Amino acid sequence: MSALDLINPTSGLYRKREPVFPRVVKGRFRQLKWAVMLLCLAVYYITPWIRWDRGAYAPDQAVLVDLANRRFFMFDIEIWPQEFYYVAGLLIMAGIGLFLVTSAVGRAWCGYACPQTVWTDLFQHVERWIDGDRNAQLKLNNAPWSAAKLGRRLTKWSIWLVIAMATGGAWIFYFADAPTLAGQFLSGDAPFVAYSTVGVLTATTFIFGGFMREQVCIYMCPWPRIQTAMLDEKSLIVTYRDWRGEPRTQGVKKAAAAGEKVGDCIDCNACVSVCPTGVDIRQGPQLGCINCALCIDACDEVMGKLNRPRGLIDYLNLDDEKHERAGGAARPILKTLLRPRTLIYFAIWASIGLAMLFTLGERARLTIDSAQDRNPVVVTMSDGQVRNGWTIKLRNMESRPRSVELTMAGLPQGRMWTDAMDRKDAARSVRLNLAADATTRLHLYVAAPAGPAGETPFALVARPLDAPLNNASGTNDGREAARDIKFIRQ
Amino acid sequence: MTDHNKRVDEATGTNLVGHEWDGIEELDTPLPRWWVYIFAATVVFAAGYVVAYPSFPDVGGTTGWSSRGELDDALKAQTAARAPVVSAIAATPIEQLAANPGLMRSAIEGGRAAFKVNCVQCHGSGAAGSKGYPNLNDDDWLWGGDIAAIQYTLQHGIRSPGSEEARFSQMPAFADILSRGQINAIVSHVRAISGQGKPSATGAQLFAENCASCHGPEGKGMREQGAPNLTDGIWLYGGDRASLTQTIAKARYGVMPHWAGRLDDATVKMLAAYVHSLGGGEANPAPAAPVTADAATGEANVGS
Repeated sequence: MSALDLINPTSGLYRKREPVFPRVVKGRFRQLKWAVMLLCLAVYYITPWIRWDRGAYAPDQAVLVDLANRRFFMFDIEIWPQEFYYVAGLLIMAGIGLFLVTSAVGRAWCGYACPQTVWTDLFQHVERWIDGDRNAQLKLNNAPWSAAKLGRRLTKWSIWLVIAMATGGAWIFYFADAPTLAGQFLSGDAPFVAYSTVGVLTATTFIFGGFMREQVCIYMCPWPRIQTAMLDEKSLIVTYRDWRGEPRTQGVKKAAAAGEKVGDCIDCNACVSVCPTGVDIRQGPQLGCINCALCIDACDEVMGKLNRPRGLIDYLNLDDEKHERAGGAARPILKTLLRPRTLIYFAIWASIGLAMLFTLGERARLTIDSAQDRNPVVVTMSDGQVRNGWTIKLRNMESRPRSVELTMAGLPQGRMWTDAMDRKDAARSVRLNLAADATTRLHLYVAAPAGPAGETPFALVARPLDAPLNNASGTNDGREAARDIKFIRQ
Repeated sequence: MTDHNKRVDEATGTNLVGHEWDGIEELDTPLPRWWVYIFAATVVFAAGYVVAYPSFPDVGGTTGWSSRGELDDALKAQTAARAPVVSAIAATPIEQLAANPGLMRSAIEGGRAAFKVNCVQCHGSGAAGSKGYPNLNDDDWLWGGDIAAIQYTLQHGIRSPGSEEARFSQMPAFADILSRGQINAIVSHVRAISGQGKPSATGAQLFAENCASCHGPEGKGMREQGAPNLTDGIWLYGGDRASLTQTIAKARYGVMPHWAGRLDDATVKMLAAYVHSLGGGEANPAPAAPVTADAATGEANVGS
């Protein structure tokens, strides 16, 4: 062996893809996969079309990421850019949720809910529909190119492409009014970014779901690798009970007659032939296994025919596997699910969620910000008074125009006016009309008698003059907004 | 040497280049071919680049590109992009600018930019002025503070040489006319009417005789003459005794250049809009009012 072989093992970092032709399988986990796929696709395709009445001043789409106007709508919740921490919170919850799911039920995300899995599954069903089951697919794959093969391939790819376009097409509806955009998209009037987004997503769906499949999981996705750190010996994974199955043999009767020790595994390869990623689960836990449990279904079917108990391949954590191998009785699955680690994850996940719900209910829908004029800070007026100025931003985050009174708390001799007024109309307060769901920006002046140099703190208070709005989110409670500022004399 | 070149390193299967230093030999591992090809391609590219783009002093490339030309193009594109707004501002009479809030906003922002280039040298970057250079943020105007008056000042300047229509007035230097004591008395009177000192009967008498013709009998100034209001809280050259004495004895002669001819009409309008927006701008004079701040009509507008 040369030195180069040591540093560059023959396997390399990448192995050429061997096509996988999973056989169709029936069983409880297949049923579950159908249900989850249906749910995921339904949520993905239907959500942007749900309407939600928000009145005249806000869009009536239930879930809308309005990038152009920098608003995020989700049913009764409207998020402004400065409230983006809610989205950050959701992402943290999603992260901890994955920890929770992984430590409890292993790679359930990979096996059932991951878009890569869902669309690959969908594409494989199309494949079976066009090309037939595993054996027919294998035969077609190895056959030389002919008109019939080309016809089948083109049919399959066309259907994939339609699914892929529908996938990319649905995505853009989350970012604009769905019915309007759909009309524009078909008539060619949609913005370029809509077409390019659909194009990119169509291409990725077509390639990832149709051709790369398990390679995405093995080579591109970080999650399987992160899970190596997340899984422990108590996490549910798909496990082969090798103490029960081995030694495997194909000629059970002959071997038994010869007095040899035989295991339950008849080496029928059903578990391998149904696997969407083409792994052999009997070799133990591996990166390629997405824990979709289809091999459990396949093996259970065979064990049923042989009158052997089900579960030669089963959801089983490594601890229990060891326990059973030593002759212990099977442990209830709840013990795997409910243990300190999963409960702590759940507690963290739930408290972030509760904290977000609480702040969501408490957040202000009217806020005021100010920036004091710095150049010059102080202007002496002809009557000897001094003037300070501020740029004021009033954010009305409700979907209705509002009327507020801007007043001063403190600085008793101060009088205010705005850039839309004349100083002779200056008063202790000004009335402002705020546009719906918008930021009102104005310049505010305050004049007060001259005095010794220094700062006089006071507060600007925006007090709503209209009745509070009662809606389901309970956020619009008519609270006033205040801002502490300083009047400066020089 | 050829024999050495054919020798192969047993451990790696790689050729040896044939050099040896104390038993240590070098393996012949050439650069990757893709690297060599890219390197060659960059050399070819560089040769083309030298011809196409300016590479030597005073010699342009065949493409004619230059960084200055690129800047000119960018500026031209900017000017073209702004042209509709600028021509709309140029076409709108200045008194009617406020009726179009969008145009007014553009004018104010355009004025803000032009101010930074043309005006900050005297008036300061915040338009707060300094001694001798008026603060444009306040509500005290020597020659009128409505937007048309500001535009006139910008166009024709104040005491600006070479501008026929410049706002003009000249305060006499009283050192040649009055005695030191008389000037002192007037200073006392001016400090009294501005609330800074005790009244002086002599000063009041002298003020009425020498100053009231421009500054008004009450010292409230006269905009047609650019005569400042002496009773308010704002002093262009200082309101202390020394400054006032200096002002009366030697007079002041503040000059603002005229901008018509140097800046186009639209820019002057935008500057007027910006200065008017700084917090002290006055409303347009009502057409029917008998008193107007427009110097061209010559009518009196006393006090503020």
